Amino acid sequence: MATSRMGPRLSRRDMLKMFGVSAGMAGLAACGDDGGGGAAGGGGSGSKEVTVGSNASDTLPKKAYEEVFANFQKASGITAKVNTVDHNTYQEQINNYLQGRPDDVWMWFAGYRMQFFAQRGLAGPVTDVWQKIGGNFTEALKQASTGLDGQQYFIPFYYYPWAFFYRKSVFEEKGYQPATTLDELVALAKQMQADNLTPIAFADKDGWPAMGTFDYLNMRINGYDFHISLMGGNESWTDPKVAKVFDTWRGLLPYHQQGALGRTWQEAGQALHQKKAGMYLLGMFVGQQFPEADRDDLDFFAFPEIDSTIGTDSVEAPIDGFMLAKSPREEANAKQLLEYLAGTEAVSTYLKSDPNNIAANTKADTSGYNALQKKAVELIGSAAHISQFLDRDTRPDFASTVMIPSLQEFIRKPNDVAGLTKKIEDQKKTIFTS
Amino acid sequence: MAVTTRRRRRGPRLTRRDKLVLAVMIAVPTLLHLTLIWVPTMLSVALSFARWDGIGGLDTIKWVGLENYRQIFTIYPPFWPAVQHNLIWLVFFLLVPTTFGLFLALQLDKQLRATRVYQSALFLPVVLALAIVGFIWQLVYSPEQGLLNNLLGRTEQGNLIDWLGNPKLNLWAMLVAASWRHVGYIMILYLAGLKSVDPSLREAAAIDGANEWQAFRRVVFPALKPINVVVLVVTVIESLRAFDIVFVINSGRNGLELLSVLVYDNIVGEASRIGFGSTLAVILLTVSLAFIIPYLVVYFRATIGRGEVR
Repeated sequence: MATSRMGPRLSRRDMLKMFGVSAGMAGLAACGDDGGGGAAGGGGSGSKEVTVGSNASDTLPKKAYEEVFANFQKASGITAKVNTVDHNTYQEQINNYLQGRPDDVWMWFAGYRMQFFAQRGLAGPVTDVWQKIGGNFTEALKQASTGLDGQQYFIPFYYYPWAFFYRKSVFEEKGYQPATTLDELVALAKQMQADNLTPIAFADKDGWPAMGTFDYLNMRINGYDFHISLMGGNESWTDPKVAKVFDTWRGLLPYHQQGALGRTWQEAGQALHQKKAGMYLLGMFVGQQFPEADRDDLDFFAFPEIDSTIGTDSVEAPIDGFMLAKSPREEANAKQLLEYLAGTEAVSTYLKSDPNNIAANTKADTSGYNALQKKAVELIGSAAHISQFLDRDTRPDFASTVMIPSLQEFIRKPNDVAGLTKKIEDQKKTIFTS
Repeated sequence: MAVTTRRRRRGPRLTRRDKLVLAVMIAVPTLLHLTLIWVPTMLSVALSFARWDGIGGLDTIKWVGLENYRQIFTIYPPFWPAVQHNLIWLVFFLLVPTTFGLFLALQLDKQLRATRVYQSALFLPVVLALAIVGFIWQLVYSPEQGLLNNLLGRTEQGNLIDWLGNPKLNLWAMLVAASWRHVGYIMILYLAGLKSVDPSLREAAAIDGANEWQAFRRVVFPALKPINVVVLVVTVIESLRAFDIVFVINSGRNGLELLSVLVYDNIVGEASRIGFGSTLAVILLTVSLAFIIPYLVVYFRATIGRGEVR
């Protein structure tokens, strides 16, 4: 699905992760280029093939992409050879994959995660493609696709917003109103507690979901620019501004579901579905935990305002899309494919099968959207800034080896903010020097 | 040379062809051993003094001296907990599953009826990979949907026991799960050892009036010495290489840090802190050697002393 990192079936995913571990340890270098390696053996300019590296390993997205590439073949006569790798394994082996013989076109994420590989010369610029398709995307999306050198390296495909999700039927029955400010959120949470509901479902066993809470609090309290600058390693974590984020979070923790560090987001999503929890701050993929029949009951409201001078101008909406290999074997075909993927037809085909996302292409047909998708379009359309998610907006080594343990420590021991931020800052300094 | 060789040989003299075969048979494994084990190990040691993200050629490696070691010992929060957890793992494994495995082996050795059924049941977890054991026990420990909390009636907010998320509990929960598998392994090892203990020894002890405990303590257990060594080595190895079970539970974070997991976290994956991760691997290697070298020294001294190694 469109989740930032996890698919719907934890167990299978984790098992594959394990295989990834053993494979990775057995022969790191060998893993990088196995699948895609000899796919375009023919080479040459007359070839009617292009290879695609895909992380869409879950059934639903995989099938959806198959249709997209089949349509591309009909339209252009070029066959896309897809090399699908398990979502997490793909991500973990990306460094080796890109340094080996990567596929001509490969799936990736916008933001810092994209810029990093562009800067290291592991991705090819697609500025010429953008000149043809630029009109399909908003300025914010173009920004999110641009490398530090001013060239475009990324073709956005779809995205999915993060927000407070809730069940309409619960809100109607109890007379709750979506919160627009922090005070309202606290009042709503108290009311839910009085009604014997867990106000905010919460899970962070896998380490990444709590990042969403941090991102939103930081953007609402200190603004988007500070957030991005902090993620870029340019601000100090011992800044009182950061302490304020953690202090505010601590004030909200009593309304969060207990035992978050032992729970997966799937379990927290089920608490929301079973009406044990009132709301859940997560990406739109939370819908995967709702059976088809109850999906119409799912609704969301934007993360409430905290500082009225900042308002709710930022939305967290990770963008997934495509990038070009640094030296593709079939460059012309690859660019033709990218152009097709940036068009309206491709993404409409995709979303028909996987409606847990919305199209990045602003001209895409939205008539088939369900109510939730329509609302998501509105939410993102009204945003001045789109953030990508903590682990996509900062260095991957910082996100995984420093931020995940740190946020988990905060959830466990929320009272020592000064000690925590000092530890983060100490490690940040050593990581951001390279 | 030839003279001395000839004098020392007791068997027939080796032909040129024999020598060639011998040379190849020794050279090939030695070469494989060197290239697959010692060269990578030495490279890891070298990389532990470097900073490198694994992207680009070798010229992008920056040598930083002992900087990685300094950082790990001073400002890397998961390091000391990981060392501690590895040691707890080792001590727990040496005490609990080993003792219990021996106990079970003794019971099963008594020719009980349907002893094979018990044996198979107890041995069954051993055929499972530790990762699978992790999945199984996750179903037991999970907060709201887990078996244990449902049996205890502790699934409500406010009274639930967070077996996997509470860092004071989760390591012990994992140790129980890992022991569940390890006990079977130890049991089979001891059972095999008990079968080879000469029954006449026990009879003699019984005739001399030894009770069951005395017979075990003075006769059977000393006879099991070779098995004890095997069990000790197996247990040390299992404890130091523990990885999969905690990785399945929560990627080895939040109370489940282990050195092996930290190596993985830093090297594999997008993080790609090759130098930093190598430093952790070197530390793990040092810890392992601290257990292995004394063992080898004692073992060789004993066997050479008995003249079993020529």
